[in-house]
Amino acid sequence: MSSRHPDPAELVACPTCDALYRFAPPGPRQTASCARCGTVLFAPRPGAIRTVLALALAALALMTIALDYPFLTMNANGLTAQASVIDAVSSYAVDDMAPLSLAIAVLILLLPTLRLLLLVYVTLPLVFGGRAWPGARTAFRLNVQLRPWSMAEIFMVGVAVAMVKVADLATISFGPAFWAFAAVALLLAAKDAVTCERTLWHILRAS
Amino acid sequence: MAHSQSLLTARAAGLVACRHCTHVWPAGTRTCGVCGSALSSRSHDSLQRVWAWWCAGIIAYIPANLFPMMKTDMLGSEMASTILGGVVELVQHHAYFVAFVVFFASICIPLAKFMAIAWIAVAIRRPRGSVSAHQLHRVHDVVEFIGRWSMIDVFVVAILSALVQFSVVVSIHPGIAAVSFAASVGFTMLSAQALDPRLIYDASEQPRHE
Ligand SMILES: [Zn+2]
Ligand SMILES: [Zn+2]
Ligand SMILES: [Zn+2]
Repeated sequence: MSSRHPDPAELVACPTCDALYRFAPPGPRQTASCARCGTVLFAPRPGAIRTVLALALAALALMTIALDYPFLTMNANGLTAQASVIDAVSSYAVDDMAPLSLAIAVLILLLPTLRLLLLVYVTLPLVFGGRAWPGARTAFRLNVQLRPWSMAEIFMVGVAVAMVKVADLATISFGPAFWAFAAVALLLAAKDAVTCERTLWHILRAS
Repeated sequence: MAHSQSLLTARAAGLVACRHCTHVWPAGTRTCGVCGSALSSRSHDSLQRVWAWWCAGIIAYIPANLFPMMKTDMLGSEMASTILGGVVELVQHHAYFVAFVVFFASICIPLAKFMAIAWIAVAIRRPRGSVSAHQLHRVHDVVEFIGRWSMIDVFVVAILSALVQFSVVVSIHPGIAAVSFAASVGFTMLSAQALDPRLIYDASEQPRHE
């Protein structure tokens, strides 16, 4: 059944160790791993694309709340200060540190939002059974490549540390944006956990 | 998943594999026809790029530890704290767990990352007996996974500066170390990403051709 020179179109290679396999899509609850290095190659889950789309849309909606409302409110000696996510981002803009301010804006706001938009663009037509929209492959590639640089969840841990540091200066209360952003961070992580990149590539190739 | 033949690599089969979408193309193909990524059977400049970003990371890491990360202005007197100083301060406040998190993220992870990347890059070049490709690859994966978390302290300073601006009593400003530390984290992330893991496995098991 296997010819000596199989068509490259039927083959896949492990991105980690280059081992070559004949592509056989695993069953709905199965996982295909590389026999040489153990890298998980394909882990398709039924309804994953729909779940990913739902998570991404929910995260986008919450992101708008996270941007508009106060993030943290601080009370000290009768004085109150509110800080939004934008304030935190632009805090480096003073003292000639605008480049860092920009970098932070990119890491915690721009990239997470962009990745969500790209993912919605890729998955929306697939969920409704249609063909992928033009440029969907570029959009998905960008979404994957930007993944390590999107740092919303790390920012949330930073918030927790910051609160401990000011605990004896002031009392802190959470604004709506805090909860919204925390939820965004969770949804982003859940969305990345559900996405099987390489399965999606095979779907995009077929569509 | 069925092996097309037992442990044949794409390169040995005269093919070039896409590291993003796993599709394979005839050797010499420049761009992946499925996802549009640039293809190369092995990035031969991989190790050069690893070392270049690694050096940039080290260079940025030195001022990050020497200069203040955060300047606290309290009643007109300015207090500057370095990364390590910030950890000591947390310990003095008996916030041991948070102190540990910051210490781990800003001091242990960066140092361990520099050592781990250098170790992998050196080990790739020589035939190794004791260290298996699997171990090297696992270290690489850990470095890639955990490296981004060093950014915590940069965010902490950003949040504190935004929050503690409101009174004449206290104000907090970011120090120059915040910039170089952020740069150092970015450079080491690029260094780890530049490493082509296929080189790790190539060295461990020569593909059977020729
Ligand atoms: Zn493999
Ligand atoms: Zn590809
Ligand atoms: Zn790896």
